[in-house]
Amino acid sequence: MMTVKELAERLELKILAGEASLDRPVSGGYTGDLLSWVMARLPADAAWLTVMGNINAIAVASLKDAACIVLTDSAPLDDAALEKAQELSFPVLLSEQDSFTLGARMDGLLR
Amino acid sequence: MSNTLSFDYIVPGDDFTRAGEASSDVKHKLKQIGYDSDAIRRVAIAMYEGEINMVIHAGGGKAHVEISPEKIEMTLADNGPGIKDVALAMREGYSTAPDNVRALGFGAGMGLPNMKKSTDAMEIDTAIGTGTTLHMTVYAKR
Repeated sequence: MMTVKELAERLELKILAGEASLDRPVSGGYTGDLLSWVMARLPADAAWLTVMGNINAIAVASLKDAACIVLTDSAPLDDAALEKAQELSFPVLLSEQDSFTLGARMDGLLR
Repeated sequence: MSNTLSFDYIVPGDDFTRAGEASSDVKHKLKQIGYDSDAIRRVAIAMYEGEINMVIHAGGGKAHVEISPEKIEMTLADNGPGIKDVALAMREGYSTAPDNVRALGFGAGMGLPNMKKSTDAMEIDTAIGTGTTLHMTVYAKR
């Protein structure tokens, strides 16, 4: 199974946080920006593509055991979120591409 | 000897940076105990949505959690404004969250419906001007 590190390399993602947890396996993906929606549906071990770079997104991803957050469209990660992600050693990655484009590429990789 | 563990949490009001602390602590404890992973996920969803609701609508509140081998019981109590129309609040997509909260990614009108779906039983006691208390139960095996 692909790891977060391999995913980051293959999709040219910048690593913003959680360097120590890049060996986590990625079994799928999910896209969404409404946190309650994502809370209900985000699968465990998924790479979550979103533009929500706040501390609550870190909480949702970590509570749902996601593999990583991938901020798309160069969306910003705010300071509180960065701090929380580092504290939890939770991987947060960054892409210039939008969620649709990146998601389609990721789907090709994970199949 | 009782084999029930109980924990109490204060959920601070208007502090989105700390919302989720109680749910992640409960999740952590359940993992340590070796609880069923599906039950842990359902408890995490229900607790987190409950915490967020108390932060958004009620200026914070209290959470009481009891863990036994058979089930997890959560009681979330606040002294907020109360829920005017519970049936409406239970409807997916209905939300009274203000714009600043929506900008954070909340206010999708999914909180209470998520809590209901994630738990095996949920009761809401609410009174206008007095507050709201939620009782939720998740069984170890559904």
